[in-house]
Amino acid sequence: MLRIPCPVCGVRDYTEFLYGGDASKRRPAHEASGLQTWHDYVFLFDNVKGAHREFWQHVVGCRQWLIVDRDTATNRVAGSRLARTETSAYEDRDR
Amino acid sequence: MTRGCYRLAKGGRIDRTAPLRFSLDGKSLSGFSGDSLASALLADGVTLIGRSFKYHRPRGFLSAGVEEPNGLFTLGEDGRTEPNVAGTSTELFAGLVARRQNCWPSAAFDLMAINSWIAPLLVSGFYYKTFMGPTRGSWMFYERFIRRAAGLGRAVHQRDPDRYETRHAFTDVLVIGAGPAGLTSALTAARAGARVLIVEQDWLLGGSLLREGVESPAETWLRQIEAELASLSNVEVLRRTTALGVYDANTVALVERRDHLQPDGAAGEPRQITVTVRADAIVYATGAAERPLIFANNDRPGVMLASAARTYLNRFAVILGKRALVATNNDSAYATAFDLAQHGISVTIADQRAEVQRSLQEQARDLEIELLPDTAVVDVLGGKRVRQVILGSPSEGPPSTRRECDLLCMSGGWSPVVHLTSHGGIKPRYCPEIAGFVPGGYAEGHYGVGALTGSVTLADAVKHGVEVGRSAAAQVGCEFPTIALLPPSIRSADHAVAVLGTPRTPQKRTNKAFVDFQNDVTLKDITVAHQEGYESVEHLKRYTTLGMGTDQGKTSNINALAIEARLRGLEIPAVGTTTFRPPYTPVSFGALAGRSVGKHFRPTRRSPLHDWHLAHGAAFTEAGPWLRAWWYRWAGPTVEQAYIEEMRLVRSAVGLSDASTLGKIDIQGPDATELLNRIYVNDFARLPVGKTRYGVMLADDGTVFDDGSTTRLDETRYFMTTTTAHAAEVLSWMEFLLQTAWTDLKVHVTSVTDVWAAMAVAGPKARAALELALPGHDLSDTRLPYMGCMEIEYEGVSLRLIRLSFSGELAYEVYVPAEYAVAFWEHILSRAAPLGIKPVGLETVASLRIEKGHVAGLELDHRNTLKDLGLGRMGGTGKAYVGRELSQRPALQAQERWSLVGIECLEPGKPLRGGSILFGSGDKIEGHGRGYITSVTWSTERENFIALALYQGGLKHIGEEIICAYPLRGEQVRGRIVSPVFLDPKGERLRA
Repeated sequence: MLRIPCPVCGVRDYTEFLYGGDASKRRPAHEASGLQTWHDYVFLFDNVKGAHREFWQHVVGCRQWLIVDRDTATNRVAGSRLARTETSAYEDRDR
Repeated sequence: MTRGCYRLAKGGRIDRTAPLRFSLDGKSLSGFSGDSLASALLADGVTLIGRSFKYHRPRGFLSAGVEEPNGLFTLGEDGRTEPNVAGTSTELFAGLVARRQNCWPSAAFDLMAINSWIAPLLVSGFYYKTFMGPTRGSWMFYERFIRRAAGLGRAVHQRDPDRYETRHAFTDVLVIGAGPAGLTSALTAARAGARVLIVEQDWLLGGSLLREGVESPAETWLRQIEAELASLSNVEVLRRTTALGVYDANTVALVERRDHLQPDGAAGEPRQITVTVRADAIVYATGAAERPLIFANNDRPGVMLASAARTYLNRFAVILGKRALVATNNDSAYATAFDLAQHGISVTIADQRAEVQRSLQEQARDLEIELLPDTAVVDVLGGKRVRQVILGSPSEGPPSTRRECDLLCMSGGWSPVVHLTSHGGIKPRYCPEIAGFVPGGYAEGHYGVGALTGSVTLADAVKHGVEVGRSAAAQVGCEFPTIALLPPSIRSADHAVAVLGTPRTPQKRTNKAFVDFQNDVTLKDITVAHQEGYESVEHLKRYTTLGMGTDQGKTSNINALAIEARLRGLEIPAVGTTTFRPPYTPVSFGALAGRSVGKHFRPTRRSPLHDWHLAHGAAFTEAGPWLRAWWYRWAGPTVEQAYIEEMRLVRSAVGLSDASTLGKIDIQGPDATELLNRIYVNDFARLPVGKTRYGVMLADDGTVFDDGSTTRLDETRYFMTTTTAHAAEVLSWMEFLLQTAWTDLKVHVTSVTDVWAAMAVAGPKARAALELALPGHDLSDTRLPYMGCMEIEYEGVSLRLIRLSFSGELAYEVYVPAEYAVAFWEHILSRAAPLGIKPVGLETVASLRIEKGHVAGLELDHRNTLKDLGLGRMGGTGKAYVGRELSQRPALQAQERWSLVGIECLEPGKPLRGGSILFGSGDKIEGHGRGYITSVTWSTERENFIALALYQGGLKHIGEEIICAYPLRGEQVRGRIVSPVFLDPKGERLRA
C-alpha cells in the first residue's frame, strides 16, 4: 500500500494516482527529428533497482503531475515535488 | 465419548450463568459463554473430532489456538456455510452449528480410513509417481477420484447473506497482540500521550497469561491493565481482530470478527469488518507457539500440546483425562504437569533431557509426580483415544517402559510467531539460544517485544515492553515520564529454551511420526523427499506439502527444518525458511470483498438521460463503467430486430441518440491552438472560430491513440471531444505534456464530460427536426454549414450545436447543460414528433458508423497506424506532431500490414461475426490468417451483412473473395473485400 505525499494535497494512498513511468528521461523538444532520438526516449529506460524517480498524477485530487522518489526494492517513498518545477530546472540547466 | 473429560465446577474464564446451546453433526450440546467450540466439545467428552486429510486417521485437538491443524469444522448452514474453521479459536455462541469434516459416514466409523491401510503407497510425491498413464489425460482421470477421497471441508455455492464492511483507521502506535508484552508497551505509549490501537485475535486480552489460573496474580495484573487502558481516551482496543498482513508504508490489514453478535446482514449489521490501518509505529507482540514432539503415532486423539492442556484446564476449566503423561524437552511443560497434578490427575513427566533443574524436581516430588529424565516417547497406543505410551531413550534403542494414560501432553519448544514481521521481506534469523527463529530485523518504526523476540521470562518481556512503548511514543513525539510496570509475580518460565533433538525413527515401518498434522506429512515423507533429491526447503515444502495447509505449518515448520538440517548435515540457519506471506490466518472472501459485491464491484456511470431511457423502454449495455441505452422496445422485441428498425428510421427520417458519454474537454489559453496543433496529426492552426474539425492523435510510438472532433469557440478557447473509452487517458496525456515537457505553453485543460449532455439528431430530416425544436433560430446550411458550430440561447439555456456526422446522414450534435438534458430531450421529441423522430440506441449508432466506414473503438486498439486505418492522408502536413517520427519507422510502413477494408457477405442468410479470422479463398483454414473482422452490422443500405476488417495488404485486394472463419462456432462464410465506405462516398448527405 504505497502512500504518496502530494505537495498540494498531503499524503494519499497510491490508488488516487496514475503512474506515469520513468521521470529521469527528458522528452525531446517537440520539433526534434530523428528516429533514434524518439526511439530511445519512448522505448528505452533503465530498469532501476533502488532509488527511482517516476511520474505520478494525482488524478483523484489536484490533477498535478508529480515526480516521486521511490526505492523500487523497498517501496519506500522518499519525497515528491511538482513535475513542473523540475522541468523548469531542466530548462535553467540548459540555458 | 469418554468419562475422562469433564468440566470443573469452579474456575476458568467462562460464565456458568450463561449456558449456550450449539450443535455438532445435528446433535444438540451445551457450553458456556467464554468457551471456544473446542473447549465446549472437550467438556462434553467429545475428543474424536475428525479424520486427517490423507490417511483419514482419527484426530483430536492438538492445540488451543490458531495454530490448530486437526480440529477443523464446517460451521453454519446454507449460504453461511464456512468450511475449515478451527474449533480452537472459534468463540462459542448460542445456536452455533458445527459439522465434522472429511469423515463419512461418521468420525467414529469412516470408510475412507482404508487410506491408512494403503499408506505405504501414499508417501510424499505419490501423486507424481503413481497416477501416471499413457496419455496426458490420465492424471485428469485419476484426479476426479482423488479429489473425492482426500480433502477437508466443502464450500457451498449459495450466496452469502452476511454483510462485510471495510473501514480505514489511523493511529500513532499499533500494537499487535495483547499478551503481557503487548499490553505493557501499549499502556506505556498511551500514558505518554500517543494514540494507541491494540489488536488481539482472541476475545480476551492477556495472551500467555490466560494459561494461568484465575486465582493467580496474573489475573489481577491483567484486570488492572485492562481497566487503565479502558479509561484512556487515546486507546482503542479491538478484540477478535486478526492482523492479516503488514504492507508498504506501515499499512496493516485487520479483520474484526463479529460472529458472536450473530449479526443480521439484512439489517446492515456486519459480520466481519476489514480495517486498513496506517500507523506511524508498529509494535509486534505476537508471541510464540508451542511445537509438538515427533514420535510414532503422535497424532492420536488425546495427544496435544502441553500448553494447550494447561489452557483447557485454567481458562476453560476442562479436565482432559485421569492419567496424564507430559513429554517434553524444555522447562515450560512442567507448569502443565504441576497444574494437572494440583487438580488430582496423576502425572508422569518424560523429559528428554538428562539433567532437570533442582527446583522443578522438588516441585514434582511435592506433587507426587513421577519424573523420568532422559526419557522420550517411543510409541503411542490407542486408535481413537490414547491409552498407553511406550517410553525409551531419546536416542535409538529398545523401549524401556510403558505407562497407561489417556492424556499425552507434549512440548517440543517454542517458535516465535514471526510471520507479520517477515511480510516486508526481512527474513527471520535463527537464534540458537532459543532453538527457534526470531525476526531478522525490523523496518524503521517497527518494534518487536516479548516472546516474539526470543524473550524467555515474563519479567524480561514486561521490562522490554516498557522500553518499546516509550520508544514508539517518542517516535511520534510523545514524551512523558515513564511509570515503571511491574510484571505479575508468577514463576512459570513460559517460553523456555528447548533443544531441537533428532526424533527417533519409528520402530515399526508402518508406524507414522507426524510432522505436519494437517497435511499428513510424516518423518518418513521428509526422509523420502530428501533421498529423492528434494533437499532445499522450498522443494521440501512443495514436494511433501508440508506447511501448505490452512495452518500454514505453524506447528510443523521449525521441526521440519531441524529434520532437514540433520539430513543434509547442515546447521539450521543454512537450511533457511520459506517465505511468509499474508494472510496470517485464513480470511473469508467476504471480508476481502467488503461492500464491493455484485454491481458494486465498481462504480456505475450513467448519462443524465438514464432514467428517461429506463422509463421509455430502453435496454442497456455496459460500455466500460457506463450504462448506455442499447436499443428501444418501440423498435422491436429483441436487439436483433430493434436495431435494424432504428437504422431504417435514421436513414429515412430522423433519429435522436444519447452521446453524453463522449469525453469532453474544455481548452483555454493563448497557446490553446499550439497545443492542439502539436497533438493532432492534422492541421488545427488554421481552424476558424465557429468551425469543427475531426482530429486524430497518435501516441508517442506512432500508433493511433484516439480520435474526436474539436471545435473552435473563440480565439483562445476550444471544445474537444474524445472517444468514451479514452476520455480520461487523453486528459491525463495532455496534462502530462503540459506539466512535464511543454511548461512554457499557457493553456488550461479541464474535463467537462459530466457538465454537458450530448444528443445526436441524425437523418435526412434532422435540420427540419431542429428547426421545429428551436423556432426563431436560423439553422440553414449557410448559417450552420457542415462542420460548423453555433452557440445559442434557448429559453435561457445555453446550447451548443455542432454540425457533424457519425452516421453519414445530415446530423447535428446538440450539447445541453446536463441539468437540462431531460427537458431538452423531451422537448425535441415532442416538437419534432410529426417528422417521426424517435430515440435510437447505441447498437444503431454503432451500425450506422460502420456503414459509413468510420473507425471507432474496435479499430482503435493501439496497434494500428493512420495508414492502417485509411487515414494516411491526414498526417502529411509538414508540421511536427506527437508520434510523427516513430510512425515512420520501417515496421509501421510495411506493405503487408493489415489495413482497413470493408467486407460484404456473399452467402445470404448467414451472418458475419466480429472477430472472424480472414483467409484468402484458396488458403488453408488454419493459423492466424490474413486479418480479422473488427466490426459487423446488418446494413439496411445493402440489405446484407457488412463488416469492417483489417486485412493484409488492405485495399489492394478489393473485389477478391475471402473466407471469414469463426472457429468458436465452426462457421465459415464467404465474403468479398470492398471499400469500407458503404454509402454516400461523396458525402452528399452530410452536406445537404
